[in-house]
Amino acid sequence: MSVLVNKRTKVICQGFTGKQGTFHSEQAIAYGTRMVGGVTPGKGGQTHLGLPVFNTVRDAVAATGADASMIYVPAAFAADSIMEAAAAGIRVIACITEGIPVRDMRRVKNALRQYYPQVSLIGPNCPGIITPGECKIGIMPGFIHQPGKIGIVSRSGTLTYEAVYQTTHEGLGQSTCIGIGGDPIQGLNFVDCLTLFQSDPQTEGIVLVGEIGGQAEEDAAAFIRSHVSKPVVAYIAGVTAPKGKRMGHAGAVIAGGKGTAEEKYRALEVAGVHTVRSPAEIGRRMREVLGT
Amino acid sequence: MNLHEYQAKALFREYGIPVPAGQAAASVPEAAQAARALGGDSWIVKAQVHAGGRGKAGGVKKVTGVTEVETAAKALLGTRLVTHQTTSQGQPINQVLIETPSGIARELYLACLIDRALERVVFIGSSAGGMDIEEIAAKSPEKILKAACDPIAGLQAYQCRELGFALGLVDKQIAALTRIMLSLFHMFNARDLSLVEINPLVVTGAGELIALDAKVQVDDSALYRQPALADLRDDTQDDPKERAAREHDLNYVALDGTIGCMVNGAGLAMATMDLIKLQGGQPANFLDVGGGATAERVAEAFKIILADPKVKAILVNIFGGIVRCDLIADGIIKAVQEVHVAVPVVVRLEGTNVEQGRERLKASGLKITSAMSLTEGAKQVVAAASGKAA
Repeated sequence: MSVLVNKRTKVICQGFTGKQGTFHSEQAIAYGTRMVGGVTPGKGGQTHLGLPVFNTVRDAVAATGADASMIYVPAAFAADSIMEAAAAGIRVIACITEGIPVRDMRRVKNALRQYYPQVSLIGPNCPGIITPGECKIGIMPGFIHQPGKIGIVSRSGTLTYEAVYQTTHEGLGQSTCIGIGGDPIQGLNFVDCLTLFQSDPQTEGIVLVGEIGGQAEEDAAAFIRSHVSKPVVAYIAGVTAPKGKRMGHAGAVIAGGKGTAEEKYRALEVAGVHTVRSPAEIGRRMREVLGT
Repeated sequence: MNLHEYQAKALFREYGIPVPAGQAAASVPEAAQAARALGGDSWIVKAQVHAGGRGKAGGVKKVTGVTEVETAAKALLGTRLVTHQTTSQGQPINQVLIETPSGIARELYLACLIDRALERVVFIGSSAGGMDIEEIAAKSPEKILKAACDPIAGLQAYQCRELGFALGLVDKQIAALTRIMLSLFHMFNARDLSLVEINPLVVTGAGELIALDAKVQVDDSALYRQPALADLRDDTQDDPKERAAREHDLNYVALDGTIGCMVNGAGLAMATMDLIKLQGGQPANFLDVGGGATAERVAEAFKIILADPKVKAILVNIFGGIVRCDLIADGIIKAVQEVHVAVPVVVRLEGTNVEQGRERLKASGLKITSAMSLTEGAKQVVAAASGKAA
């Protein structure tokens, strides 16, 4: 088992023939992801990377039965792409694009909640989702992953890779890794992913990687306390981050004195989460907690 | 992106939100002319910087007579204002705003922002205007009122009335607040804003509501479709290193420590800073070189880091995923040679082709220490910065 995506997941790419879409589709195909085609408006009927190109997501779904999409279209058009995928019946949408205006994401999130509650949106501004050995939808380096028992959920791309690398190194492997992204308004949040991992029999432990800004980690802590029985190891980036400065991610800012790493650590510790203060300790701590 | 007060107030006028009569001035004669044009015999002279706390820092002066306007403008223009929100260097004052004073009966607080948890636009109101909202939140949280806007229906007039009555407004003030809030909501959405703060929103002696101060932040991601706002950017208010970084599409934030950091990925960059602190050092900056980490970007990043004279050593931390470590190593070597990096450099590489990457660093003959792990890299750079051998 795993969560959201597996070897049966049929994946299309929106922005398929662009530079990013092409490169990461090639990588996904090489990894063994069941890619079934892609969408570039105006290029329908062509073949790209040996797969059919469609004008619309609706056409792609009708022809291929795709149920997942990865989006590599520029920020100005990405919100529209998410809406198109949802309207066409795509179930898992991973939006990699960074820099989507917040107003657009507010609109998208509200529409998804109202009309497409079955859709799982991952991102935007994220590395995507991977079930090791089965399905890679995103920009993560496939080779560092190993099928296994740890579910990883993270707001940061490269920090996810650190957690993956360490859990692979410790021989634990990963069930599924989800990069939920660094934007202030995003699709799946920590609580959504914790819910999925808690009910996934393959997942024995959960790594949560958070960062400054917002209150997603505090919400996660409250949820873990009452709903998660599996051990959770957490690391929060940004203990040294100054207030009021955006640290790269649009959502990583301590605003009005709220959203500090210390507050988040405290909330998680109260909830019984195994926190680590060094990002280099994530894998080892998880091994210790699992007693393997 | 932040706007200056005078820019924010011009935007307010565009949307019919009442502000005091005022004019911005970049020189002493302009200030005197502005005062004469506004008329009357007393004015407020306000330093225009991207920081709050100006009043307490001496950046706001109440003056009588044009001579005093000139004196105040002369004292402020061309200097730097240090407030509790700025660094010890402060922010440069290149303009002052000359305003007609408003009679103040009450000071309120009104803000419009995005609640990330609700994923909605919310209004925050408080009867404790003039104070920092953080201070109000800490001292008297019951004085903070909130109204969340429905994502489809938008802000409703009844919500404005509810807030108005709760703030103790009466008679026509309720309608005035409703007009202000509905205009603010419209402006917030139409102009892709991420924060509007009016502190204080004053009730004048005559019972009018006026935005005495105005703070506006624009969503950086939306600047491409807000050209008129994008044009208002004032680079002089940013750290010159942050400005240079932005020109090269690098994410850089200046900090106070001695250890420069160059990392790919924002989360890993923060984590690297934390790790340096954990090992007893102080990071000099946050810097995300992005996924590419090409020789050109690495070279630019080195230049920006080294522009900070406090930097005693540099930690490069790259997780080579899609990009191979040997290529990243080549980029680092080329950049170190090109930029003539004189301080010790510790490089922690991990990921694809990491062995080849480390070998190339070793074979380069440069003063580069290759760290075998994240923790070791942090320890080595902290030692190097304190003058011990890395």
